[in-house]
Amino acid sequence: MDGGVRGFAYSSGMAAITSLLLLFKQGDHLVVTEDLYGGTFRVIDKVFVKHGLSATYVDTCDSNAVNRAIRENTRAILLEVPTNPLLKVADVRKISGIARGRGVLTIVDNTFMTPYLMRPLDLGADAVVYSATKFIAGHNDVLAGLVTVKNEELGNRIYFVQNSVGAVLGPQDCWLVIRGLKTLSVRIDRQLENARTIAEWLSRCAAVKKVYYPGLETDPGHRLLKGQARGGGAMVSFEVADRGIAEAVLKKVRLISFAESLGGVETLITYPAFQTHSDMEPKERERMGINDRLLRLSVGIEDAGDLLDDLCQALYGVEENR
Amino acid sequence: MKIGTKILHTGNEIDPTTGAVSVPIFNAATFRQTSVDACGPYDYSRSGNPTRNALEEIIANLEGGVKGFAFSSGMAAISSVFLLFSPGDHIVACEDVYGGAYRVLNKLFSRLGIESTFVDFTDIGKIREAVRPNTRALYLETPSNPLLKITDLRAVSTLARERGLLGIIDNTFMTPYLQRQIGYGMDIVIHSATKYLGGHSDLVAGLAVAADGKIAGQIKFIQNAFGAVLGPHDSWLLMRGIKTLKARMDMHQRGAAKLAEWLQGRPEVKEVLFPGLSGHPGRAIHESQADGPGGIVSFRLQTEEMTKKFLGRVRLPVLGVSLGGVESIISYPVTMSHAGMHPDHRKRVGITEDLVRLSVGIEDPDDLIEDLESALG
Repeated sequence: MDGGVRGFAYSSGMAAITSLLLLFKQGDHLVVTEDLYGGTFRVIDKVFVKHGLSATYVDTCDSNAVNRAIRENTRAILLEVPTNPLLKVADVRKISGIARGRGVLTIVDNTFMTPYLMRPLDLGADAVVYSATKFIAGHNDVLAGLVTVKNEELGNRIYFVQNSVGAVLGPQDCWLVIRGLKTLSVRIDRQLENARTIAEWLSRCAAVKKVYYPGLETDPGHRLLKGQARGGGAMVSFEVADRGIAEAVLKKVRLISFAESLGGVETLITYPAFQTHSDMEPKERERMGINDRLLRLSVGIEDAGDLLDDLCQALYGVEENR
Repeated sequence: MKIGTKILHTGNEIDPTTGAVSVPIFNAATFRQTSVDACGPYDYSRSGNPTRNALEEIIANLEGGVKGFAFSSGMAAISSVFLLFSPGDHIVACEDVYGGAYRVLNKLFSRLGIESTFVDFTDIGKIREAVRPNTRALYLETPSNPLLKITDLRAVSTLARERGLLGIIDNTFMTPYLQRQIGYGMDIVIHSATKYLGGHSDLVAGLAVAADGKIAGQIKFIQNAFGAVLGPHDSWLLMRGIKTLKARMDMHQRGAAKLAEWLQGRPEVKEVLFPGLSGHPGRAIHESQADGPGGIVSFRLQTEEMTKKFLGRVRLPVLGVSLGGVESIISYPVTMSHAGMHPDHRKRVGITEDLVRLSVGIEDPDDLIEDLESALG
């Protein structure tokens, strides 16, 4: 599906990412998206830095900043497109072009887009990594990670680590992922439609200060995303006026579940600063915009009207307001 | 409570909400939260899953540790434990360690600045000599794979304590039914649960048990951060396998003892390696620290040619990688379990072309003997 030569399955998305990071050695350097998934940040910052790897976190929407961050010992650029949870869009073509010119690998975490919406290998990336727990499996019922590669040589190196370290996915879980994959297009089509409806509604809400959704024409990442992907995805982040409102929304949602994870058929809401990104330095988090007012929605396939009703009553106490 | 009972009555045998006598399989990636400030007992399955946790409690209980951890394979368990170390750290490991553990230390963790030295663990003096100021751990198997050498656990634990080292042991061959090393002072026990604990050659899984809370906290961090966790289906299969551990192990041992005796009497056989045999150099030590010889018998035939011919002719045991299943599995360590080991290292420690490793299954031993006899002839 990714147009790669080889794929690899792992026991979780983090096992896939860690297994990729195990390709590198002491002294190697990585350039990484600054507002990336907290689990990836944690394993780099708390495990691999101890093992002599170093990383520079940059705003990967700025391709020049990526270029400037590359050093003599840089081995890879790790991108999330769009980023988690701020949904910022990096230029995969441009960055992988820069990387190739400087002998650096480009690895894209394509969890939010899936191969249905974006194929990073076609855009020039060398490897793609997924938390298949999310949209690919799509039912919040299995943990899994996947990696795809564009060339055999890199594939052999990845296989060596997969086999040596053994963070592999069991056959039952492989089967569940394959079963989930069969409905990927119908799920994503519906999720996209709902996400767009919700993002548009939130943009008009007085209680909402800011909406992050690259599927909206007004979003700064919209044009770039359109050039490399078939849609804006099903993640919508938004900022409310204060922490009290954010907490009240989490408490009041009824149809939408307050739970970590994303990409399932049911809509979930997450509080990134305290859940997925709790391992980041609070100051760093705040600077990037992952503050205590930010909420992240993973939009499911429920009826859009019901979802709006639920968000409306959670924000305003009544459904009729919308 | 005797261990045979403990295997079945673990505290998890009845599901508290439904009364089901088998642990439910919780196919959930995530768990709903009710408060921002206080997470419920579960939040995300990589961090904790009720099915996996039941298994983790069982193995901690059987090994006598404080906390258990389930991983997607034995190698994932071993690699996760090695991730506790930092660049510049040094590990002393037994020289005839499982080939996969050797490979990951030599080819992968060495790139991350973790050094290792492999020595003969039957000689405590050699271990002592290999310990350096930056040594952090002793890593061993007893009986070792595939040569079934015996390490004196009391002596190694004493050395580890004197020098402030972690004692890490792979207990795959013995299982907690036959040997509980935390009682001998080991800090971390590892299993390829694919083998005897699972027991049916139908799943791949790894386990680790920590002897104290501090180490448990460190392993927990790595398990969650790395995420090489075991899924709920495989966790359930493994718990199902553990229920018959004693019954299977008793049969494996009886068969292995009978086959070892018989092999010893055959002219085609040069040497039999089995800690239950009276001539085995480690027998006394083994008997003082384990409750039985286990189900693995290694042996050497007179020539390499004879060995290959024999392996081509066996019918009843499956020729293949792995061990510990109900069916007998026969393997050729040089090209199978220990292919990841450098040829010079293999030669030096005695993992040579004439060596066969037999994992004795629970078939009738007389049928196995008949089959081996015709393969030898």
